[in-house]
Amino acid sequence: MAVATDLRPAQVRASAIDSRYRRGVGRWLVLAAAVLVGLAVLAPFGIMLLNAFKSPQDYAANGPLSLPSGLYLDGVVAFWERTDFPVKLWNSVFISAVVAVLGALLSLLNAYAIGIGRVKGRLWIVALFLLANMLPQEALIYPLFTMAQSVGLSNSQWSVIIIFTVIQSAFGTYLLSSVLGTFPPALLEAAALDGASRWRILWQVVFPIVRPTLSVLMIFFFIWTWNEFFIPLVMLTSNDTQTIPIALASLQGDRMMDAPTINAGSLVSLVPAVIFFLIFQRTLTRGVTAGAVK
Amino acid sequence: MADTALTERRSRADTRPRAPRGTRRRRAPWVGYLPYLLPGAVAFVVVIGYPLVTNVYFSLFKWRGGMAPLRWNGLGNYVDLLGDDKFWTSFGNSLAMIVAMVLVPTLLGLVLAAVLFDYLGRRFGERVSSVLRATYYLPQILPVAVAGVLWNWILNSQTGALNVILRGIGVETPPNWLGDPSTALPSVMLVLIWVQMGYPVVIFMAALQRVDPELYEAAELDGAGWWDRFRAITVPQIRPETFVVTLTCTVAALKVFGPIYVLTRGGPESSTLVPSYYSYLNFFDKSQVGYGSAIATVLTLVIVVVALVILGLQNRAERREREGV
Repeated sequence: MAVATDLRPAQVRASAIDSRYRRGVGRWLVLAAAVLVGLAVLAPFGIMLLNAFKSPQDYAANGPLSLPSGLYLDGVVAFWERTDFPVKLWNSVFISAVVAVLGALLSLLNAYAIGIGRVKGRLWIVALFLLANMLPQEALIYPLFTMAQSVGLSNSQWSVIIIFTVIQSAFGTYLLSSVLGTFPPALLEAAALDGASRWRILWQVVFPIVRPTLSVLMIFFFIWTWNEFFIPLVMLTSNDTQTIPIALASLQGDRMMDAPTINAGSLVSLVPAVIFFLIFQRTLTRGVTAGAVK
Repeated sequence: MADTALTERRSRADTRPRAPRGTRRRRAPWVGYLPYLLPGAVAFVVVIGYPLVTNVYFSLFKWRGGMAPLRWNGLGNYVDLLGDDKFWTSFGNSLAMIVAMVLVPTLLGLVLAAVLFDYLGRRFGERVSSVLRATYYLPQILPVAVAGVLWNWILNSQTGALNVILRGIGVETPPNWLGDPSTALPSVMLVLIWVQMGYPVVIFMAALQRVDPELYEAAELDGAGWWDRFRAITVPQIRPETFVVTLTCTVAALKVFGPIYVLTRGGPESSTLVPSYYSYLNFFDKSQVGYGSAIATVLTLVIVVVALVILGLQNRAERREREGV
C-alpha cells in the first residue's frame, strides 16, 4: 500500500533529466504527439470557456470559435438565478462533507475489527464489502426509495447521506482493512501492556498513525459523492434539496437554455470540483494509486 | 490485495498479546472486537442487504409501484426479458461501453503512461510528464452530468459547436450526432473514452514508479530498444495494476447511467439503451417496478459473474508467475 510512502529512490532517479537522452529530434515528435492528445482532452473545456461569456446574439452571429466580443455575464447570471445556485452549492457541500466524515469513521471502525481485531471470517466480510461496492445502484434503488418514504426521509438530504456513507465505507473498509492488517504489532502490544482498552488503542494509537490514509479516503468520498448522479436524481425530487449536477442536468431540457447559458452553467458547476482538485491534487494522485498498489 | 495482507497477519498470530490465563473463561481474542463491526453491519444490512433481497422479491411480481397491489408473477418477468428486444439491445450496448470504457482507455493509457514515464519524463523532465498527466486526468474530476451536458451541446445538430464549425468549413449537412441511430452510439463511446482515459494513465504511471529502474538500465545495456523494453518490462511489471483497472472499469462500464441519461436517454430508437437506464425507465417512467427489478437483478448477476471471472484470471496469472520464477 503506497498511501503513506514518500518519494522512493527509484522515483528520484527517474525524475532527473538524463543527459544521455538529450539528443535526437525524435523526442520532439513524441512530445508533440503527447501534447496533441492533451489538447484534444482540453478542447471541450476551451470551447466552453470561449462561449460562457458571450451574449446569445454574439454566439448566433459569430459561432463557437470566435472570441467573445464583450464580457457578458448574462449566461452566468441566468444560470445562477434559474438554478438557485447557492442552495444547490450548499446541498452538494453539505451532503459530500457529511458523507466524507461519516464514511471515514465507519470505515475505520470496520477496519479496526477486521484488520487489527482479525475477527473470524474476515475474508468473507471484506469480500462482502467489496461486492457492495460493485453492485449496480439500480438493484437497490426502488426498495431504498420506498424505505425512505416510509420513514419520512423521502426528498431529504439525509437519505442520500445515509446511503452514500454505507456505499463509500464499503470501499473504505476494503482499503483500510489491508492497511491495518499490516499495522506494527509492537505498538499494539506496548499499549496493551500499559493497560489501554481497545477503545483507547483505537483512538490513541491506531487513529493518529492512519490519519493520512483517512484524509485521502475523505477526499475521495467527498469527490465521489459530489459527482454522484443516479441516487440523488431519484431521491432528491424538489428544487431545494437537489445537488449541482442534478440541477444542471434538469435544466438541460429547458428550451430557454441557450448556448451561452449551457456553457456558463457547465463552467460554474465544475469550478468547485476543479478548485477542490487543485487544493488536494498531491494527496489525490497519491490516493488514486493507493487502491491499485499493494 | 487485502487477502495477502490478511494472511500475512495470520502467521503472526502467536506474537499477539493474550488475555491472562487463569480464573476467567478464555475467549478468542477477536470476540472483543465484534462491537466495532456492529455499526457497519447494521448499516450494511439496512442499506445494501435488505434492499438487494427486496429487489429480487419485487422482481417476482407485477407491480405498478406505490400503493398499487403486488400481483405474483413468478419468473414471468424473467421469461418476458428473454423475448424483449430492448433488453438484448441494452446488453449488446454494454459491450460497446466496455470497448469505450475499458479496452480503448486501457490500451491508450498503457502507451501514454509508458511514453510519459519512460520516454518524455527522461528527456524533458518530470514536470513535463506530470503536467501532461494532470491534463489527461482532468475529465475524471468533473461530475459526469456536467461532462454530459457540455458534450450534449457540442454534439447538438443545430446549435452545437461541432456542427457550427463543420458548416463553417463547408460541410452542407453535418451529421446529427446524437440524434441519428447510426451515429449516436459511436458519439457516446467517444465521449466516454474522453472521460475515462486519464484514469489508467494515472494508475499506470504510479505503477511504473514501483518498477526497479535497474531493470531498464540492464535491458538498455543489452541493446534493447524502447519497444522491446515496453514489451518485456513495462507490460509484465504492471500486470497487477492492469487487472485492477480492467476490473474497476468493466464494472463501471456495465453500470454506466449518468452519461446516457444526460446525452441521449437511451435513444434514438434504443440505439444507446443500456441495462441500468432500461431498469430506471421501467421503475420511474413506465411504472413497471417488477420488470425493472428483474432487469436490475440480471445486471447484478452479470456484474458479479464478470468480476469473479476477472478476479479468477488474476489469481491464475499470479500463480503462474510464481511457478514460473
